[in-house]
Amino acid sequence: MEATLTPRGRIGIMVEAEVISPDVFQGLGIGEIEELEVWQGPEKHPLAEFFDVEVRAEGSGETRIVIEGDVSRVKRIGQSMKSGSIEVHGSAGMHTGTGMSGGEITVEGDVGSWAGMEMSGGLLTVLGDAGDHVGSAYRGSWQGMTNGRIVIDGNAKSQLGGGITGGEIIVGGDVENFCAIRQSGGTIVVRGSAVRGAGAEMSGGTLAVEGKVEQISPGFLPAGQEENPKLADVELIGRFERLTGDYAAFKNPKGSLLLKEV
Amino acid sequence: MTRSANMIIKNGYVFDPLNDLDGEVMDLFIRDGRVVGDLRAGERRDAKVIDASGKTVMPGGVDSHAHVAGAKVNAGRLMRPEDHYRSVREKTRLTHSGSGYTIPSVYKQGYDYAAMGYTTVFEAAMPPLEARHTHEEMRATPILDMGAYLVLGNNWFIMRYLKEGEIEKAAAYAAWMLRTHKGYGIKCVNPAGVENWGWAKNVAGLDEPNIHFEVTPREVIRGLAEVNEMLGLPMSLHLHANNLGHPGNWETARDSLMIPSGLAPANRSEVDEPETKLDCRRRQTVYLAHAQFNAYGGTSWRDFCSGAPELARYLNQTEDVVIDSGSVPFGPATTMTGDGPAQHDLYVITGQKWSNTDVEMECGSGVLPFLYLKTSPVHSVQWAIGLEVLLLIDDPWKTIMTTDHPNGGVFTRYPDLIAWLMSKRARDETARECHKWAYDRSSLGGVDREISLYEVAVITRANPARTIGIAHRKGHLGPGADGDVTIYDLDPAGLDSNDPSSIRSAFGRPEYTVKDGRIVARRGEIVAVPEGRRFYTTPYVDEDQELEMMADVKEWFKYYTVGFANYPVPERYLKNPTPIAVNRPLEAVVRR
Repeated sequence: MEATLTPRGRIGIMVEAEVISPDVFQGLGIGEIEELEVWQGPEKHPLAEFFDVEVRAEGSGETRIVIEGDVSRVKRIGQSMKSGSIEVHGSAGMHTGTGMSGGEITVEGDVGSWAGMEMSGGLLTVLGDAGDHVGSAYRGSWQGMTNGRIVIDGNAKSQLGGGITGGEIIVGGDVENFCAIRQSGGTIVVRGSAVRGAGAEMSGGTLAVEGKVEQISPGFLPAGQEENPKLADVELIGRFERLTGDYAAFKNPKGSLLLKEV
Repeated sequence: MTRSANMIIKNGYVFDPLNDLDGEVMDLFIRDGRVVGDLRAGERRDAKVIDASGKTVMPGGVDSHAHVAGAKVNAGRLMRPEDHYRSVREKTRLTHSGSGYTIPSVYKQGYDYAAMGYTTVFEAAMPPLEARHTHEEMRATPILDMGAYLVLGNNWFIMRYLKEGEIEKAAAYAAWMLRTHKGYGIKCVNPAGVENWGWAKNVAGLDEPNIHFEVTPREVIRGLAEVNEMLGLPMSLHLHANNLGHPGNWETARDSLMIPSGLAPANRSEVDEPETKLDCRRRQTVYLAHAQFNAYGGTSWRDFCSGAPELARYLNQTEDVVIDSGSVPFGPATTMTGDGPAQHDLYVITGQKWSNTDVEMECGSGVLPFLYLKTSPVHSVQWAIGLEVLLLIDDPWKTIMTTDHPNGGVFTRYPDLIAWLMSKRARDETARECHKWAYDRSSLGGVDREISLYEVAVITRANPARTIGIAHRKGHLGPGADGDVTIYDLDPAGLDSNDPSSIRSAFGRPEYTVKDGRIVARRGEIVAVPEGRRFYTTPYVDEDQELEMMADVKEWFKYYTVGFANYPVPERYLKNPTPIAVNRPLEAVVRR
């Protein structure tokens, strides 16, 4: 089944639409999808108030949702999804793919903050830029993404991969502050540059930065050089310096910071 | 209450230990919110009738030790957003929304307790300076009748008076403080040790004098226990013993419990005496908080083991002690206590986020998130100890079931505790799932005891009510008692201890929770939201003593950051204030 949602106009107060998920849509008719409830501020509205819904039932396989247009004021698209796919031909709002455990989300534009927060499986691809806290832990929690893969073609902001314990995040562009803060596992690759605090309080896993790190965290110690270091699914080309840390936070940390030599 | 609350609960199996009812099939009558022997014909006609045939009927649950209101609870909420976003309650036509798992918001907390069949909950530690905050939160908590124990074990005035041997003045001060802050009883947390925490230290033994005041834990425990009985408070001294959370501390607990021995329990509260079969006034002179945290054997975390058998042996020999269990059901918790140094020790072990507060001349506190894991050897032993203290002490009238919410676990896990206590099979199943230390380092595996529904009623309502001196209206179903009744979908005739899941679900979701003769919860859903009462005590002391004591207080008040006029909690802070007069002139004991 394939459902197409076309935004009906500009959205004022942001809409909380965790119902836009293949697991929820599966087996529903067009009328039932139109009646799914979303919160806008203190009020509940049917999904049809914000979207024109079309459904094509053919094809037995998994559920696919296509969003035709900008939904940057729609939050929680694909939250907790387990299977199926979502394609957004535009930008998406905050919490896109939060807590997803399977399936695929592709956003052609940008995503807001908290994309892929605490995700445990699946693939989230963003062709544009991302906000803060990509794949990170929720506020107060120390465990972020545990598995799965996030690919950001553009830039991301601060605290990308905060508390990540497993899985992969690959950023094509630059990141801002405290990338990989409290990372304890998994892999983060930044093709561009980072600002300060990269890998702060890291205890495990790997953060590779191919561009420049403006200010390297003081708790990292040199651990040799490597040619084309191997990471799980990612190719790194060139000569990298390996640093271990963060000794400022832990006695025996296993975090690796790979910095490309320029 | 808007309408007269007359009710007939028909044909239930009634478990009411204070009236010696062990599952008798009978009818219960409630008139205007209170239990009566019968209703007149006219009253019967318009009474609400509940058919409880084949169901278990008990008095409303009473939690005598939980952390549910005040500054440290709120500090926990503030530092744990991650505790809230996954545990959300939607608003309904009647109820507020709420969130939080281990530290729920005040609304959610009230609804969750009521939905689980509890109608009365006492906050276990109210620092005097945070009394306003505590009362504000209790005021906002729906449905429940509440009260709060005043923390006095490291109070500068108390320590000075005890050092100088001025026990009457210490009593006068405690009485004034209870009246001033609308406190219910005396709580003593790590006596003499929290004061040392102001200098990053603790006390090492019961006879180590603390810094500056040079009083020992022994002197504080003995002094406050004497003060408690001089004032004739409804509850005995409530003790959070020294050396909490450390391997080998069961000896400290036992030695602490011996300190008040010889004192006579004297509950001189002025209340309407109910017609209960058993004496509804307390027997104990010390009530030990969360025994699990003070029943550790071994000398380090490596040879850590249960010390519960040794502690239970002492309890089995003495009549003047009651404990609550502080059991650990595994899973998320938030530790919070007035024992600042104990919380620092936890911080050093876990590296978790940690909040620490010094409450001026009164006490301290710490808060730290915690996760009890079945894979952890130490946590598995803690689980075992929390059940051992309830199963190895023979007389259920010496024990109370708690999780020291939210320290050992969340109160909504009480049904799991009941299932473990009632079913050896449930214990064996869990022991197989957790670290082998659970049975290897405790005696739990060899315990065959399975407690009865009668004993469940003792340790979850009758005894908590009697221990804290509220059994004239709570914890029983005799005439004069509050019309607080819980009806569980559990047929005692078909009770099978090998089916713990049905025990768990029956206690987790009662058919009815009745408060003051009105149904407040039905199968987990809140159907009425009355406002609860706030109990506090107003002890009388000799006026001359009080005048002399007040002169000292005013002189030392310069060290406080608040003005004297802003210190008391006005009665308007309380919803349905329900003072209990204690020790009025005729019977005042003035020792000179």
